[in-house]
Amino acid sequence: MLELTSANFDASVLASSDLVLVDFWAPWCGPCKLMAPVMEELAGELTEVVFAKVNVDDHSDIAQRYNILSIPTFLIFKGGQVVDQFSGSMTKDALRAKIEKHS
Amino acid sequence: MPEKLIIIGSGPAGHTAAIYAARAELKPLMFEGSTPGGQLMLTTEVENWPGFPNGMMGPEMMDLFKKQSERFGTRILSENVTEVDFTASPFVVKTSTASYSSEAVIVSTGATAMWLGVPGEKEYGGRGVSACATCDGFFFKNKKIVVVGGGDSAMEESNFLTRFAETVTVIVRKDELKASKIMQERARNNPKISFVWNSEVKEIVGDGTRVSGVKIFNNKTNETTDFATDGVFVAIGHKPNTELFAGKLELDKAGYIVVRPGSTITNVEGVFAAGDVADHYYKQAITAAGTGCMAAIDAERWLASKE
Ligand SMILES: Cc1cc2nc3c(=O)[nH]c(=O)nc-3n(C[C@H](O)[C@H](O)[C@H](O)COP(=O)(O)OP(=O)(O)OC[C@H]3O[C@@H](n4cnc5c(N)ncnc54)[C@H](O)[C@@H]3O)c2cc1C
Repeated sequence: MLELTSANFDASVLASSDLVLVDFWAPWCGPCKLMAPVMEELAGELTEVVFAKVNVDDHSDIAQRYNILSIPTFLIFKGGQVVDQFSGSMTKDALRAKIEKHS
Repeated sequence: MPEKLIIIGSGPAGHTAAIYAARAELKPLMFEGSTPGGQLMLTTEVENWPGFPNGMMGPEMMDLFKKQSERFGTRILSENVTEVDFTASPFVVKTSTASYSSEAVIVSTGATAMWLGVPGEKEYGGRGVSACATCDGFFFKNKKIVVVGGGDSAMEESNFLTRFAETVTVIVRKDELKASKIMQERARNNPKISFVWNSEVKEIVGDGTRVSGVKIFNNKTNETTDFATDGVFVAIGHKPNTELFAGKLELDKAGYIVVRPGSTITNVEGVFAAGDVADHYYKQAITAAGTGCMAAIDAERWLASKE
């Protein structure tokens, strides 16, 4: 799982040629906690997709840039562009389906 | 070989049922659904769970429930049940990828927050409209927030949101609150909280990327006014998660599963219901856990009686 920071975000996400799933989360958010193991497992299965996360506590500038008003929120980037955005916890299968729509 | 017991749901009811059933060697199989841990995952401090005088964080508490279920051999699948067939024994429980069969089933699918169902609500979901103050309050530092609802959860959300927001305006349909005395008191004494009575939110408006206001209808004067706000937190109560069981189990008018009074027995022999899904009155973690225990014992006795 790639830990995104204000310093590495552009290079790791915007400049990536792979599909990138970014999870905006925080340690105090229950539903975010639910998604952590789901993300880990999917990262092991969908190896061609980059799984990354942004701790909004530490990097509120990134959250602001993408107008995040709710967590967990997931953004899918393709060629540096946001191609999908959705919020809330979900099952592994549901998240997989959301990702596979774009790969 | 069919399972002996399938438990649908992983809130306090489901996990308590699992702990009891696993200790009774029923080797329960649990489907967690899309909210592993249930409603308490959406809250911060639980102050009324006996044995913890200093309170405990909801998510932490549900982590411990899960560990205790697993310790006694509960198998937990992180999946949603999408279909059930209770017409013949063994019962059939399906997910989007597989089908399972079981001699007995405990339904503990709990309840989900209701939405207003007004224009703009879906469109601005995650963009200023929220049903989870603990998740999203953080993004409203020094902003103006509206909370819709007059019950305990609305008061709790309002109080919590004042940690971040500049003002919290509670929009209440009646001219009084449904919330308990202690929760009302806390909200009324909070200088950041004010109330708009006899009023309903009819529409949520925004600039395309985020919420900018709501249209409020006063049901006494029949006037509609525009109210500027950065966020709308909806706390108008919960509805039971029983869409799956319509036509398969007896439900009451509000959609709750009907159980034989003083038990968890449904109208289908071998299917039991526990927690908020069969309780429109108490709706507490401890009562959900209590009926979860009852469901495991009811299921165990029923299975034994068949042998
Ligand atoms: C914000 C908030 C604060 C609260 N604070 C307190 C408090 O301080 N003290 C207190 O006692 N109570 C509190 N409550 C109430 C308490 O959370 C509930 O009474 C309790 O969680 C009910 O437990 P349950 O097991 O019946 O259902 P839930 O907790 O609702 O769990 C339902 C489970 O069923 C699963 N599920 C649903 N559909 C499916 C499906 N199709 N397939 C598989 N699984 C499915 C879900 O994923 C979930 O795991 C609070 C509730 C909220 C929302």
